[in-house]
Amino acid sequence: MGGREATMVLMDENGKRCDGRTVDEPRRIMIKAGGLKNADGSSYIEFGDNKILVGVFGPRDVHPKHMSDTDTGILRVRYHMEPFSVGERKNPAPSRREIEISKVIKEALEPAVMLEKFPRTAVDVFIEVLQADGGTRCAALTAASVALADAGIPMRDMVAAIAAGKVADTVILDVNNEEDQAGQADMPIGYMPNLEKITLLQLDGVLTPEEYKKCVQVGVDGCKLVYELQKKALNDKYFGNKGD
Amino acid sequence: MADKRKYVIPGDVVTTGPFRPEQNTVLDGNKIVSTTIGISEIYDDSVRVIPLTGKYIPKINDLVIGKVNSHTSLSWELDINSCYVGFLPAQDVFGRDFSAHADELATKLRTGDLVAARIANFDRTRDPLVSISDRDLGKIDSGVLMEISPSKVPRLIGKKGSMIQMIEEATDAAITIGQNGWVVVSCESPEGLLKAKKAIQMVNEQAHVANLTDQVKEMLDKKGES
Repeated sequence: MGGREATMVLMDENGKRCDGRTVDEPRRIMIKAGGLKNADGSSYIEFGDNKILVGVFGPRDVHPKHMSDTDTGILRVRYHMEPFSVGERKNPAPSRREIEISKVIKEALEPAVMLEKFPRTAVDVFIEVLQADGGTRCAALTAASVALADAGIPMRDMVAAIAAGKVADTVILDVNNEEDQAGQADMPIGYMPNLEKITLLQLDGVLTPEEYKKCVQVGVDGCKLVYELQKKALNDKYFGNKGD
Repeated sequence: MADKRKYVIPGDVVTTGPFRPEQNTVLDGNKIVSTTIGISEIYDDSVRVIPLTGKYIPKINDLVIGKVNSHTSLSWELDINSCYVGFLPAQDVFGRDFSAHADELATKLRTGDLVAARIANFDRTRDPLVSISDRDLGKIDSGVLMEISPSKVPRLIGKKGSMIQMIEEATDAAITIGQNGWVVVSCESPEGLLKAKKAIQMVNEQAHVANLTDQVKEMLDKKGES
C-alpha cells in the first residue's frame, strides 16, 4: 500500500495482532440509538477508538429547490471530521477525502432507504467524526443506518459495515489505523444482512483471487456481528430489552 | 383479531406465507419484511407494522392541526408538521363567489393562526389539499398547542377514544388532536389545563407502557385531591 513501510510488528508468532486481537476479532463496538433531541433520528457509535455521532433530518423540504426530484426523495450525506479528531489539527473545511466518503456512504445507504415513498423531499444525514482511528467509513455507515431507522425512514434492511484486510500475508477482520497504514490491503464492506446483499465494497491494496474471496467472506461475517449490535441498540431504545 | 405481536426493526421478517403486506411492510419473495421500527400485527389475511417513530405522512380524511405559514392572493399555506405543506384554497373559506380582487385573505386567516383542517386530497404528485369547510373545522381561537410524536397519536386517543375521553372528563378540558401530532388543549381553569397537559405529556413519553390508562387515571386523580 501507499503507506509507510512496515516498521512495526503487525502480527506476532502466536497469530496475535498489534493490539492483541486474533485474526477474526473485531474491536470493541458500542452503538447507541438516539441521544440528539433536535434531530429526527440520531445515533452514536464507538468502534474501537473511533467515536462518531450521526444526526438525521427528514424527510423534509429540499433547499435549494432545484435539487428536488418529482419522482423520488433524495438522500444527502455529509461526512465530516472534527479538527480534533486526529493527531494533528485537521482543517475543518471539507477535504477531497471527506467528499468522497460522503458520496460512498450515500451510495451504500441508497439501496436500503425507500426514498420513492417521499417524492420532492430530502433526507439529510450528518456524520461527525469526533475521534478517528481507522475504519471510520464503516463505523459511520453502521451508525448512519441506525440513525435512519431511529428517524423512522422506511428501509428495506439495515446496513452493517466493517472492514476486512490483509496484514502479514493473513486475512484479518476490522482493520485498525496501524494495520491500515502499514498493512497490505484494506477492504471496507457494507452489507444488508437480511437481503444478503453487499452495498459497499472498496479495496485498497493487492489481493490474489483466493484472498479476495476470503476477504469478502470474512467481511460479510463481520457485518453480521455488527448487525446484531445495531439490533440491540434499537431494541434497547424502543423496546427496553423486551425485543427478541 | 391481531395475534402474534412482535417487536420488529427494518429488515426483520414478520412472517412468511400468503398475506397481504399493508402499512410499513414489503413483500420480498414470500417473506413479509418490516420497513420500520414498530410492532407487527398479523390479521387473517394481512400484515401491518405499527410504527414507533417517524414523521407524519398525510392521509386523506385525516384531521390535522395546521399553522398558517403564508398566503398568496388565492390560497394559504399551512405548516402541518409533515414534509409537505398543506394547501388551503381561498374558495374553501370564502365560498364559490370568491374573487381575488374583492376578498382579502388576511381578513380570515393570518400568518401564525392555528386551524383544524381535514386532508381533502393527497397523492404523490402534489402537496396535500386541505379543507376547513366542515363542522368542527376552522380557525382555533383559544387553547395551547402541544406537540407529540405523530406515531403516538393513536395511543393518546386510546381504544374508541377511551384515553382522551378520560382526560377530558377529569380536567374539563377540550382537546383537539390532529393526526399530525399537534394537539390543542383549551380549558377554563388553569389547573385543569396544567393537568391535561401533563397527562398528554405522560402519554407521549410512556406510550409503550402496558397499563398506561390506569397510570394516567391515577395521576389525574391524585393531583385533583392535593
